[in-house]
Amino acid sequence: MITQNPGRWDFHGGIHRPDRKSLSAGKFLGKLPLPEILTLPLQQHIGSTAEPAVTAGEQVHKGQIIARTTEYIGAPIHAPTSGTILGIEERPVPHPSGLNAPCILLQADGKDAWGELPEPLPQYADLDPSLLRERIRWAGIVGLGGAAFPTSVKLNHGPDRPIQTLVINGAECEPYITCDDLLMREQADRIVEGIKILLHVVEAEECLIGIEDNKPEAIAAMQQAVAESALRNVQVVQVATRYPMGGEKQLIKVLTGKEVPSHGIPAEIGVICINVATAAAVTDAVIAGRPLLSRLVTVTGEGIANPGNLEVAFGTSLSQVIAHAGGYTDLAYKLILGGPMMGFTLGNDQVPMTKGANCLLLAGKEEAPDPDKALPCIRCGKCVEVCPAQLLPQQLYWYARAKDLDKTREYNLFDCIECGCCSWVCPSHIPLVQYYRFAKTETWAMEKEKQQAEEARRRHEARTERLERLEQERKARLRQKKEALEKKTARGAADPKKAAIEAAMKRVAEKKARQSRENEER
Amino acid sequence: MLTAILVIAALSASFGLLLGYSAIRFKVEGDPLVDQIDAILPQTQCGQCGFAGCRPYAEAIAAGEADINLCPPGGEAGMLALADLLGKEPVPLENESNTSSVKSIAYIREDECIGCTLCIQACPVDAIVGAAKQMHTVIADQCTGCELCVPPCPVECIDMVPVKTTLSNWKWPFPDSMEQEPKTQEQGS
Repeated sequence: MITQNPGRWDFHGGIHRPDRKSLSAGKFLGKLPLPEILTLPLQQHIGSTAEPAVTAGEQVHKGQIIARTTEYIGAPIHAPTSGTILGIEERPVPHPSGLNAPCILLQADGKDAWGELPEPLPQYADLDPSLLRERIRWAGIVGLGGAAFPTSVKLNHGPDRPIQTLVINGAECEPYITCDDLLMREQADRIVEGIKILLHVVEAEECLIGIEDNKPEAIAAMQQAVAESALRNVQVVQVATRYPMGGEKQLIKVLTGKEVPSHGIPAEIGVICINVATAAAVTDAVIAGRPLLSRLVTVTGEGIANPGNLEVAFGTSLSQVIAHAGGYTDLAYKLILGGPMMGFTLGNDQVPMTKGANCLLLAGKEEAPDPDKALPCIRCGKCVEVCPAQLLPQQLYWYARAKDLDKTREYNLFDCIECGCCSWVCPSHIPLVQYYRFAKTETWAMEKEKQQAEEARRRHEARTERLERLEQERKARLRQKKEALEKKTARGAADPKKAAIEAAMKRVAEKKARQSRENEER
Repeated sequence: MLTAILVIAALSASFGLLLGYSAIRFKVEGDPLVDQIDAILPQTQCGQCGFAGCRPYAEAIAAGEADINLCPPGGEAGMLALADLLGKEPVPLENESNTSSVKSIAYIREDECIGCTLCIQACPVDAIVGAAKQMHTVIADQCTGCELCVPPCPVECIDMVPVKTTLSNWKWPFPDSMEQEPKTQEQGS
């Protein structure tokens, strides 16, 4: 069934804030030259950490898999250029914790020589979707909108969940970010080709491309590309500019009117949502047989001399990205990875570019002021009004603050998308999202502890059982021996040994008697 | 009068039968209270409570023979959960000095190990592998950090190593609500 009049629905809440996209919109600063040394974190996606498939000193070609995963939810990592593996070491990675994590260090040889690639599949329409999913998995494609969830897993919706609508996410609702906008303006054909492939993979009836109305150039370019492709079931839908329009559940609601169930995924309601940059990466993987090696990233804010968008190979240090965009200005105050709403502050720029990094925001002091001192909650209810997940942020805050994790879960903490709207409107400047993040990670840790305790209990019981069994076996053996011994004594007379001893004793007695007799005779 | 007596007698007889039947039909095997207490205990099997493992301690609590504050690995949270379950007043932990907030797991310095198997026999969860005169090692994922393997080692080659914080077990810190947010936090709050 084709959605009639898509985009006529609305999602609850959300906020309007100055988007400041004009700083970098439409500006392409080119492809960043490859650095001498690339640092490739083994974990660049949601799911299991990839296992290194190379050793120090090994020569690798561009596009060669250098780390792979055996788990279902995971993605391989490829060498972005040819060169020598220097080693696998702990390095700082872009993560809110500021921790180090294992990374593969690759010294580029400057040749940028491609290795052996799988054959291009321009005839994908004749191929089985599972084959294409396998190709997308090989290419290491993850959601490029920022969440970095492995795309092949998302596309494997299962036979019991038929997909009606493929939603292509070009909303790009976070302020400042313009990399998807640029991609849609410049490479709409590549995105549309990816949509064709994805439509074939998920066997969807229609495709809806949602783009916020603050990107008229992107909408025009996409409309033209769709018209040229002669795809009848693809529609570009202009949606209102309101944060978080680009949230998966929000965009689906606005485009199709369907609501993703609590704790559920879009596939349950027959929808799959893919970012525009991810769709373009799918084109490269299938049509050209090329893995995901680089991405577009927005470098923007008051703190950068020449804001714009760059194509950056994964593993490149962010300091080089910043240098290429003209370097820091005097206004630079904070370095934020991601947008101002959902991004996190980085301690320094010596961390590598990863698959999920869509924006580097060098915010000035006015753009990203230090949060004011949090005041007590006055129960104004503004957070409830803006929450796009229709939760009760205030209740969640109380319970998270009291560390009552069961209660936070009862109030559907895990439906929170951490969009930051509630914190943004809070007149008391309470860092609400921080409380939810705290409660989420705390709950996960508790779950894990519980599982481990269960495992320990099982193992302890197994051990106690084993020890008891061994003890009983030992007792049984002892009893058997004892019984055997008793039997022997019962048959004592027939015992040849005893008989021999008795005979010997008899002989001795006789000898003694004989000797005493002889003595008497003398 | 007689009818009333008969009716009441018939009613009590039928209820008696019903109760007697359900007592047999729906009999609960084992003690559910022990299971509930055991589910709260951390299953380290460390014996710091003075019982030979978590289940014996749970049985003792259920029988009213032991207090609820004897489990250092469970910490205050565990004690509070027990108090909640049993409807008892919370009591401060007995040997609080033994509680450390950071979990540690055993690590065998393998080149010093002489292969005596004493630690294998001490481990309550079979988390040490090895054989006589062969090197032993701890399965890190299974170790509960009970430290029972440390004293038996004749060459003292077992260390308790605190678990390292990695990206997978890192937790967001509790926001200090009345203070400014720490540096690593989200913007726009």
